Amino acid sequence: MPQEPHKEHTIRSFEQELKVLENSIAQMGGLVEAQFSDSILALVRSDTELSTQVLEHDHRIDALEREIDHQTLRILALRHPHADDLRAVIAALKVASTLERMGDYAKNIAKRTLAIAQAPSFSGPISTISRMGTLVQEMVKNVLDAYLTRDVQMAEDVWRRDEEVDRLHTSLFRELLTYMMEDHRNITACTHLLFIAKNLERIGDHSTFIAEQVHFLVSGRLPTEERPKSDETSTVVVSTDQP
Amino acid sequence: MSTEQRPVPTPTIGIPLMTDGTPKVAARNVNVYYGDKHAIRDVSMDISQREVTAFIGPSGCGKSTFLRCLNRMNDTIDICRIDGRIAIDDRDIYDRKMDVVQLRALVGMVFQKPNPFPKSIFENIAYGPRIHGLVDHKSDLDQLVQSSLERAGLWKEVKDRLDQPGTGLSGGQQQRLCIARAIAVQPEIILMDEPCSALDPIATSIVEDLIDELRASYTIVIVTHSMSQAARVSQKTAFFHLGDLVEFDETEKLFTNPQEQRTQDYVTGRFG
Repeated sequence: MPQEPHKEHTIRSFEQELKVLENSIAQMGGLVEAQFSDSILALVRSDTELSTQVLEHDHRIDALEREIDHQTLRILALRHPHADDLRAVIAALKVASTLERMGDYAKNIAKRTLAIAQAPSFSGPISTISRMGTLVQEMVKNVLDAYLTRDVQMAEDVWRRDEEVDRLHTSLFRELLTYMMEDHRNITACTHLLFIAKNLERIGDHSTFIAEQVHFLVSGRLPTEERPKSDETSTVVVSTDQP
Repeated sequence: MSTEQRPVPTPTIGIPLMTDGTPKVAARNVNVYYGDKHAIRDVSMDISQREVTAFIGPSGCGKSTFLRCLNRMNDTIDICRIDGRIAIDDRDIYDRKMDVVQLRALVGMVFQKPNPFPKSIFENIAYGPRIHGLVDHKSDLDQLVQSSLERAGLWKEVKDRLDQPGTGLSGGQQQRLCIARAIAVQPEIILMDEPCSALDPIATSIVEDLIDELRASYTIVIVTHSMSQAARVSQKTAFFHLGDLVEFDETEKLFTNPQEQRTQDYVTGRFG
């Protein structure tokens, strides 16, 4: 049941604690967004300096996750929240751990970008990766906005868009296998790019998880509908006869 | 109240009756007035057998008034007027033929402040069964006193001092003595009006644990100011506000995902 936005708790310090928790999530979300977009930018531009910076900044996300863990534990122990407050605290806990993983994927993209920089030069599928990156970035941004504004509609849009990410992932997977068959010198870069594509796909999945939490927060229920999925990479076979 | 037995009408407000099968208590369109004050407004609800039902709400919301309708405790208040129908096992308790003394044995009550009689522990329990003529022999009475104290989880603590005054027990023990006293007359329903509000946290836990055990044998209705207590002990919770039954649902649902804005505000502490 959505609450009237203007209504505040009788106990003002409780209200304050919930606001602090919400701000921590907003801050953590902002950090993850920045880390992720830097990791993609570094990949597209082969910017090793920026990749290194992403690696160095990951600990900030981890620290915020610990902070949010602490805040939620404290609220649960001392405030015994109920109804939408309870859901907000539980969702914050889950979203924080999801954001932390998304941060890890960004960090992994940065690591692999450094590895690719040392491999023989190869820039074949970068434009597809960049397109996938932009799409996932938009999902991350929108789902965080949806979370902070309790916008179920926006969350649902994100939830549905993940299918597009799955499709791009499948086509990228085929593309990379083909490059590897063409020239074995591409294998190092392509293998790393495969993992990067997988990371992007995972970040997309995590965004849909947050979207589901928005639904839970507002309505008290998770979406009942099955999420549309189009990731076929687990079954892809590229025949050697193909060019 | 009407004296004739009529079929139970369906409730007129949009609150699910929350019963699985035959309800132990069925209230339909109950209104209570204290003089000009309309204290309970058209409340309909079913209370299930062998479950704990909690009534919550701010002071003056009508929860205690409604509880007292269930064993006609409001009869003693001259300016109190009640209409609607309350049936226990489909029998109208406001029927003129209803014996109120029998009704109050069937529907026992435990109050906020422990109120043992100024008599021995034994006599506190034995008094009810004796006046209701439930036992013929002294040995039966001894047995009944023991089993009542056992069911209230007090036997081990008092078995060696049954002749000592009930008022000499600790607050928590006194409250369990009152529960044992209510049980002794073999009720089917036990009403509890804030039974733990005068007890410390440990005594409260012991009583809450007892309530959970008693629900296997009795239908229990508890009024409580503590929402966490309602959450801990009950299977269903009713939220009252200004004489209205605002929401009545599974306790878990009411505290995680209430459907009414007023309930939401109350359980999250946004009231007032």
